[in-house]
Amino acid sequence: MKNQYDIVVVGAGPAGAMAAHAAAQTGARVLLLEKDRQAGIPVRCAEGVGEGSFRKVFPQVPESWICQRITKAVIHAPSGAELPIASRHTGLLLDRKRFDFDLAHRAVQAGAELFVKANVHGMHIDKAKGAQVQVRWLDREVTVTAQVVIGADGVESRVGRWGGLKTVTPLRDLDACAQVLAGPVDLAMDTCHFYFSEHVTPGGYAWIFPKGDGLANIGLGVSGDRCADARPYAQLQAFLHQHFPGIRQLSATCGGVPCCAPMKKIVSDRLMLAGDAAHQVNPLTGGGIVNALIAGRLAGKIAGQAVQENDCSAERLREYEKTWQQTEGVRQARAFRLKQAMFSLNDERLNILADTVLNLPFEKRTIINIFKYALLKKPSLIWDAVKVFT
Amino acid sequence: MKPEQSLPIRCDFCGACVAVCPVDAIQLDEAHWRLFAERCTQCEACVMVCPMNALEMKHEEPV
Repeated sequence: MKNQYDIVVVGAGPAGAMAAHAAAQTGARVLLLEKDRQAGIPVRCAEGVGEGSFRKVFPQVPESWICQRITKAVIHAPSGAELPIASRHTGLLLDRKRFDFDLAHRAVQAGAELFVKANVHGMHIDKAKGAQVQVRWLDREVTVTAQVVIGADGVESRVGRWGGLKTVTPLRDLDACAQVLAGPVDLAMDTCHFYFSEHVTPGGYAWIFPKGDGLANIGLGVSGDRCADARPYAQLQAFLHQHFPGIRQLSATCGGVPCCAPMKKIVSDRLMLAGDAAHQVNPLTGGGIVNALIAGRLAGKIAGQAVQENDCSAERLREYEKTWQQTEGVRQARAFRLKQAMFSLNDERLNILADTVLNLPFEKRTIINIFKYALLKKPSLIWDAVKVFT
Repeated sequence: MKPEQSLPIRCDFCGACVAVCPVDAIQLDEAHWRLFAERCTQCEACVMVCPMNALEMKHEEPV
């Protein structure tokens, strides 16, 4: 590890690896730092992406990234009523272990220097001179100077805080999640399931994403301020016991997902944030992979250009923030408004909603129609639903 | 409050506690969980949000 780079990227998840790749392609000297032993491990993710949006980033998706193709979705109401959804959209269950590793490899091939087991524990930004990043790598302490730092350090982003950005997630908007990879599940492998219940998962939902081979990612999320009465890991064990008695759990993981309104500031002098660190997550679904890819790529490219122009000021880097806010940020704001309305429904209302939609012919049971009936009293939000889901 | 500096055994190192800490009092790396007690305001957001119920806050009697 050298002491000087043009761009330091903290975190080698999808956002960081894309940023490092894009920045290295501009010719910048890029350092990519990962605190864990390997990019992609541990997997803290349900691994689902919309196929259409994912293919906009990677038109040729390598087969090795795909565990399972999802073509159907079923929503489960608190009453137990099952609501199959009519949708043209398909989904992919990724192998995040492989996917993240390949993205990091791609960044390295483009010229980025990757170090694993490298923990960033401090940062100081001097607007004129550069950013200093404190790295503990193995048993060494290294101070790295850079023109720009890209913080892709996940939901717990400390890089952003050190740079004076407000990255703290409000408690009610942090979904605390627990998930297991478990099997055998006696379910169709092409169908994902969503369970909504104010009692089981207040402020969140439970999911089953089949991963092929009779295995599935089964997890749930609970709004941070409701966890005291519904501790995610315990809720998940109860859920498994109820729906899949005798199932074997091959791995277990936990995590927090920022399901917030878009962050107002994601850049400052010599600093940019991307991915979960910048709360770039669909607050309605908790999905953030594609957002992270798009944001990381954009941040890396603009950081590289800024370095070439020798202007790494907040004003220059704001091109990233503006581009993001005018595109995905608008969608995130809409999804956040929908989340607030949908997750305020109690079980009784959810059951009525499910019954109403079940009375429609199958082809009318679309996500948009579900929102239409859910938001009858808030018609201004129906347009948000239309924009988010089309 | 007496800071519990040791590693909570149920901890999954997921970072949820760090994400909600309003005063940046928790530090996490691959295998270490640390609380900077002098910064802690005892808001208990971290305790609340932990998916594993791994955190507990011991309040001292007010002096």
